[in-house]
Amino acid sequence: MIRAHGVGHRYGRHVVVDDVTLHLPEGATVGLVGPNGSGKTTLLRTLYGSLQPATGHVLLGDDDVAGLPRERVSREIAVVVQEHGGDLPLRVADLVLLGRLPYRRAYQRTTTDDHALAAAALQRVGALHLAEREFSGLSGGEKQRVLIARALTQEAEHLLLDEPTNHLDIRYQHEVLDLVHSLDATVVVVLHDLNLAARYCDHVVLLREGRVVAQGPPAEVLVPDVLEPVYEVGVRRVDLDGEINLLFRPAHSLRRSA
Amino acid sequence: MTPGAPAPTDTARVPLVKGAPSGSVAPRLTPSSDSDPLGMVGRRRRSIAWLLGLTALLVVSVVLAVGLGSVNVSPATVARIIGHHLLGVPGDVTWEVTDDAIVWEVRMPRVVLAVFVGAGLAVAGAALQAMVRNILADPYVLGINSGASCGAAGAILFGLGAGLGDYALQGSAFLGALGASLLVFTIARSAGRITSVRLLMAGVAIGYALSAATSFLIFASDSAEGSRSVMFWLLGSLGLAAWNEALAVVVVVVAGVAAVLTLLGRRLDALVVGDETALTVGVSPERFRTQLLVLVSLMVGVVVAMAGSIGFVGLVVPHLARRCVGGAHTVVVPVAALMGAILLVWADLVARVALAPQEIPIGIITALVGAPFLLLLVRRFQAVPT
Repeated sequence: MIRAHGVGHRYGRHVVVDDVTLHLPEGATVGLVGPNGSGKTTLLRTLYGSLQPATGHVLLGDDDVAGLPRERVSREIAVVVQEHGGDLPLRVADLVLLGRLPYRRAYQRTTTDDHALAAAALQRVGALHLAEREFSGLSGGEKQRVLIARALTQEAEHLLLDEPTNHLDIRYQHEVLDLVHSLDATVVVVLHDLNLAARYCDHVVLLREGRVVAQGPPAEVLVPDVLEPVYEVGVRRVDLDGEINLLFRPAHSLRRSA
Repeated sequence: MTPGAPAPTDTARVPLVKGAPSGSVAPRLTPSSDSDPLGMVGRRRRSIAWLLGLTALLVVSVVLAVGLGSVNVSPATVARIIGHHLLGVPGDVTWEVTDDAIVWEVRMPRVVLAVFVGAGLAVAGAALQAMVRNILADPYVLGINSGASCGAAGAILFGLGAGLGDYALQGSAFLGALGASLLVFTIARSAGRITSVRLLMAGVAIGYALSAATSFLIFASDSAEGSRSVMFWLLGSLGLAAWNEALAVVVVVVAGVAAVLTLLGRRLDALVVGDETALTVGVSPERFRTQLLVLVSLMVGVVVAMAGSIGFVGLVVPHLARRCVGGAHTVVVPVAALMGAILLVWADLVARVALAPQEIPIGIITALVGAPFLLLLVRRFQAVPT
């Protein structure tokens, strides 16, 4: 279980994350939402130890993430970030098999068990047919699914994703989040789209200027009174058959009608 | 994504569907019915075929290259002489003593040096391209050769490193290479994390600075003969080869580093995808990059000290290897080593024979072969939509 206690982060004098304390309910899908620059990605990177917090600490079980060997962290936390490599080629299968690195010594080759796991992970995201393709030649949606397959291959209890729906069309947005939500892992996902957060998250953390403004079930956090001051837009919420739908309009039209 | 998928039969322990009773593998990952869905077996077979084929080609190249020159020795005789010296087979000497001297004392050390210099440059290129995630990286991108050149120029023109005796030139060049690597490393590190961009910038800056220093040394020296020697050295030559400690060092260092990089190939793959990805699969990018830097700098330093700056091998051969066997570095590294070795054996043969008795600097040959290949690569890049 990952816990963040009083985590703070700054770039120079600019405070990016300020005294954030998070408990991630085990097995839940947790959405990190907030406007641009609210510290979502910085907070996520702090959770898996890519950034060391300036204040506070992140605990994985009883241990501080900062002090743990990376292999150990990687066996418990899998991460999907928006990183698509450079110009050098790499086959999808090889990329997915990187998820087994934390389980093998540096010089060890992959085993047939590893291959079975990687194939199963690719099948789980519907991308097994891409196994022998070059990663750089895939479409955005295919890349995203392959990266998730790599994360699944890590067999970790936690899955952290940074805007996994970026550049995806609506169908793939839903497919990716449906998949992520169906996993038996504790998921933390940075999302821009609040309607997606409402539909797929069990718990939503709303950030503004590095601070947690509200957290709780989507039905309680995603309400106009909370969202309007944070995003500075007009928000209307329409619940249809128990599903939350948020409608937005720009702030200037809000003022005009007021 | 595959509703109604058949129940799994495998023991894949993977995650992860909500509601699945723990310990059960029920609706978890469904292993493919295909016995080799990732194409791993086929790929492994292809890789082994490439490695065996290239090894055979290298052996043939070595035998031919040793036989050809101002005096030609037949391949059969060459094979027997090499076998006699290496394995003691055949035991009886049935060939001319002069042939033995030409093959074993004169040409063989030079061809062995070609093999390991070629392999070293190709492996260094492959590793550096992965390390800085840039297809234009080559073994000299970190300025190591400029350092070596500076040391060599000092030795040739001003008698630097005279205390090193027979190895004054190689020793000074290696010290120059070492100094350049340390400078690049210190500068790249001084700003905090060692990123690929910082490494490249530090390498380019140090490279230019030391090239200027070398040019100044040439300018400041009165010796026309010495200047010519420096120019010749800058373009690369295997003329220093002999059965001595220097050759042994090259062989041991190149073979060792290539073996280590092959074993660490999957970590190189992780680095190729990105620093953040590498970190999340347990490879600390900064630590790994530092380890790579030490290994590769040592190898390039040793190679450059012995053979000068031979261009294009380390840039072009890794690409050729990737095109033939894909991007996985456990295969790319050894295949690139073999290809680099073969290329340099032939390039050195041309350098020796084409204008005999005059010797052409080998760097000219590799550039003539490498440049058109790079142009082909440019065409291919235009063809791929981004």
